Amino acid sequence: EISAPWTFHNLQELRHSASLANKVFLQRDYSDGTTCRFQTKFPSELESRIERPLFEDTVKRLNIYYAEAEKMGGQSYLEGCLACATAYLIFLCMETRYEKVLKKIGRYIQEQNEKIYAPRGLLITDPIERGMRVVSLQLLLLLCVCVCERETDKEKHKDR
Amino acid sequence: MSAVMIARKVRKWEKLPGKNSFCCDGRVMMARQKGVFYLTVFLIVGTCSLFFAFECPYLATHLSPAIPVFAIVLFLFVMAMLLRTSFSDPGVLPRALPEEATFIEMEIEAANGNVPAGQRPPPRIRNVQINGQIVKLKYCHTCKIFRPPRASHCSICDNCVDRFDHHCPWVGNCVGKRNYRYFYLFTLSLSLLTIYIFTFAIVHVVMRSVDSGFVKTLQETPGTVLEVLVCFFTLWSVVGLTGFHSYLISLNQTTNEDIKGSWSGKNRLQNPYSHKNIVKNCCEVLCGPAYPSVLDRRGLTQDDLPVPASTAAQSNPVPQTTKTTAPLIPNEHTPDDAKSSIADSAISHAEKGSPSPKKEKPPTPAKVPPLASPETDVEASIIIAKEKAL
Repeated sequence: EISAPWTFHNLQELRHSASLANKVFLQRDYSDGTTCRFQTKFPSELESRIERPLFEDTVKRLNIYYAEAEKMGGQSYLEGCLACATAYLIFLCMETRYEKVLKKIGRYIQEQNEKIYAPRGLLITDPIERGMRVVSLQLLLLLCVCVCERETDKEKHKDR
Repeated sequence: MSAVMIARKVRKWEKLPGKNSFCCDGRVMMARQKGVFYLTVFLIVGTCSLFFAFECPYLATHLSPAIPVFAIVLFLFVMAMLLRTSFSDPGVLPRALPEEATFIEMEIEAANGNVPAGQRPPPRIRNVQINGQIVKLKYCHTCKIFRPPRASHCSICDNCVDRFDHHCPWVGNCVGKRNYRYFYLFTLSLSLLTIYIFTFAIVHVVMRSVDSGFVKTLQETPGTVLEVLVCFFTLWSVVGLTGFHSYLISLNQTTNEDIKGSWSGKNRLQNPYSHKNIVKNCCEVLCGPAYPSVLDRRGLTQDDLPVPASTAAQSNPVPQTTKTTAPLIPNEHTPDDAKSSIADSAISHAEKGSPSPKKEKPPTPAKVPPLASPETDVEASIIIAKEKAL
């Protein structure tokens, strides 16, 4: 007995729509300049899959992390001056603040995928893998639909 | 069912498109033409060697030993900055993967509507508002992306570079967001070094001529003539360049924007990136965060992820319900062909392949539904690999 956390109505219809648009891309928001921010506009393709507040929370959290990484303040100036004084050799042994925040972002995305997105059949790709240009959300539908279809087929065969 | 074995590790830099050359297994990234860079290194090292050989012994004893010490420190700083500029990733933007490229194409077509046959479609431009000003983002046909603001495509390196300044043959690399401050510090320190050597070479000649006479001095230290000549000609270019870049930094502009006259003031276009404050602009450019490279040069390509077809079948029975990564693991009862198709498409996919059409082997029995698309198998194979690791 398969109990999936999602419902699907017509297999053919879903397969067709998934094959056409199984990835959604969130573009960068340049209204504040070239600092890394992503648009929080809720894409229509996700309407049936995830609640808007959850999605917006994730994107806003990502934007906060990126703002923290790129923040121009006392700490970044200190890091810059110290690095310059050592002819930037210190970066050979020390991790920059940006790299630390990127690791944090990677862990956050993984956690979000495990807890929220994968159960809803979605998968977020870390923007760093796409050159920080887009956050890509993959609609995981086809494979599990196929898996479930296989199961029902097998059961039908067993019954015969 | 075939067990897949990869003998050689293939790192991502080997598959990167563009005309860069890589050294030290992807740690060093430069342009292809390096001849002028070698000339730069030769000139700097050569002139400094002459200085240390001819001037320093005399100056150390007759004036102060601090003079050669400071020269050494300055020389090492110049070389460090030069190598840092030349060897680092200037801020190359990776090309769009086929799915992203298709998505953008669809968006463009939707925006343009129906173009009657025979007419040229309108240029691909996206308007964004930055700090209250409309900036046009152009579409790059090579990289298949809309270039972020301030990015430009370098035709020599065949890459889109973020905050593209210029391609510098003297350092053998593009100058962009990631290495601009090293480039500036290189020109600044080189100016100082040139002025320093020039000054002390003259001082040395004057001091020695007082003792021995001018002609005899030149005979004793022939290197001095060469140094003075090199420094004289270098001074004008490097000091001028440093001054020019200081001006650009104070206005938060790039050489590219300056040449194109993007913010020259015509059409009331002003630089939306400038903080309108010289100190703030300088701080942002020189003391801003150290941006990481988005090109994962030393990562292993997908071809190398160990996803043998046989073990994929023997993994845990598919938990189809509550386990979060469940949907991607094939049911252990699925026929062999489904598994081999997963393995095949995972292995044949290259992460940053050029946008040439990939011919994936389709799973043979018609009953087995094909996986969504070759590109999605990247994530699929990563999840499968992670799941196996758990």
